[in-house]
Amino acid sequence: MHIEIDEISKSFGTTAALHPVSLSLPSGALVALLGPSGSGKTTLLRILGGLEFPSSGRVMFDGQDATGLSVQDRRAGFVFQSYALFRHMTVFDNIAYGLNARPRASRPTKAEIARRVTKLLELIQLPDIGARYPSQLSGGQRQRVALARALAIEPRMLLLDEPFGALDAKVRKELRQGLRDIHDTTGLTTVFVTHDQEEAMELADLVVVMSMGRIEQIGKPQDIRARPATPFVRAFVSA
Amino acid sequence: MSDITVTKGAPPRFRSATEESPLARWAMIAAAVLGLGILVFAPLIAVFVEALAQGVAASLASLATRDAQEAIKLTLTIAAISVPLNAIFGVAAAWFITKFDFRGKAFLITLIDLPFSVSPVVAGLCIVLMFGTNSLVGGWLVANGYPIVFAMPGIILATMFVTFPFVARELIPVMIEQGRAEEEAALTLGASGWRVFWTVTLPNIRWALLYGVLLCNARAMGEFGAVAVVSGKIRGQTATMPTTIEMLYQEYLSVAAFSLAAVLALLALVTLLLKTALEIRHADQLAAAHRH
Ligand SMILES: Nc1ncnc2c1ncn2[C@@H]1O[C@H](COP(=O)(O)OP(=O)(O)OP(=O)(O)O)[C@@H](O)[C@H]1O
Ligand SMILES: [Mg+2]
Repeated sequence: MHIEIDEISKSFGTTAALHPVSLSLPSGALVALLGPSGSGKTTLLRILGGLEFPSSGRVMFDGQDATGLSVQDRRAGFVFQSYALFRHMTVFDNIAYGLNARPRASRPTKAEIARRVTKLLELIQLPDIGARYPSQLSGGQRQRVALARALAIEPRMLLLDEPFGALDAKVRKELRQGLRDIHDTTGLTTVFVTHDQEEAMELADLVVVMSMGRIEQIGKPQDIRARPATPFVRAFVSA
Repeated sequence: MSDITVTKGAPPRFRSATEESPLARWAMIAAAVLGLGILVFAPLIAVFVEALAQGVAASLASLATRDAQEAIKLTLTIAAISVPLNAIFGVAAAWFITKFDFRGKAFLITLIDLPFSVSPVVAGLCIVLMFGTNSLVGGWLVANGYPIVFAMPGIILATMFVTFPFVARELIPVMIEQGRAEEEAALTLGASGWRVFWTVTLPNIRWALLYGVLLCNARAMGEFGAVAVVSGKIRGQTATMPTTIEMLYQEYLSVAAFSLAAVLALLALVTLLLKTALEIRHADQLAAAHRH
């Protein structure tokens, strides 16, 4: 799905988290929102997911105005920074949650839900953990379960907030490849937030560099490296 | 390696960082046992001893009187009405306070605590002032056959006021700690707000809720001050267990007073046993919920 962000701004009380920003994300792209802490990355991602509403501006999905669309109707697969797995449910029930939440008419049968959950567990290469609770998983496993849960709703786009933030370097590298693979097989427009410029450059097709609520530069990783548009970008990517 | 001497015999015993010296440990255990003994166990035993001072038959006979029976019935009814209502209000208040950002939040939290800082007698007097026959509202209600003061509604109002903070106070810290992320995740997965509440919010707070409800129940059954003011203590009608106990005691009917007191204490003990049993049965889930 093609995502168009048109002059979106957001302020919380007196603090401006986002100055008007505009951005066009081509269908099927893997996009990194890159920037230091407090630059507005999470805010922009939450606006895309419908968890936050912009103070001004519009969000367009495939050319249609989606600004007022409710979080449920956006069908965005959202992976939270702390994963936000349902702690009182098994991994199986976590992944099945979105399917069970559908209205009766479009809800798959129990057997069909079980089949899809099993398939997703295979996709994230953790076929045997369906009966476990989130507290019985490692950080990397939790992250993959969160991804499977988001994919279960057959989302129109994938939004991930610092998906690898809380993991050690080795697991991070593995999961990066995992995300790339899942993106390539599903073809979903995917936006992930990171403050790690190496991660952004390595993984993304398109990198959006942000600072203090503004977009500093949008471009392919190699273009941003070769031709930083502002002194901030130059300093940030060479760090 | 040469400066390490290997001692033969018993391996050295290491003390963990949080472990106190034996003397301090024993002193603290002794203080705890002594405190519990003097403040909790001794009075509890004394109640039962006094109740049975003239034998089991006399004690049971005093409980079989109409006044005692009515008092027990009334107290159980009051608890059965006010505890569920306060559970609902408490969950609603805690949910509102923790899941939304708004101005005056700190003030609202203070307001919830108000019943703890106001003397129950004052609370009772406020209800009398508001709903008594001489007040505007009270006069109208009495004229239309719905008396509040010296009647069941007044007792329920007083009980609910006094026990209001228990549920909300248990829930607010738990809900703040858990944050909103799980609810937000459920929303992005397509669940309606109502569904999120039943499938995510409520299961996550069930232990704190249970604990709050049990505390609320214990206090609701035991409330004296506020109820004494609003109920008028009409025997067989508006006298609850605690107020009946006090009246019997004032009349030197100590077997009757202590027998009823023993029943009240037993009700509280049953509540605690229930809680402990639930905790043992669901120990694994409790641990899972806390570890996260
Ligand atoms: N709910 C909120 N209320 C008030 N201010 C907020 C809120 N959410 C974000 N902000 C502010 O908006 C600005 C941008 O925050 P945001 O969370 O989008 O940053 P970020 O780029 O994701 O940072 P990080 O890398 O630390 O997660 C910050 O100044 C932050 O303090
Ligand atoms: Mg963030």
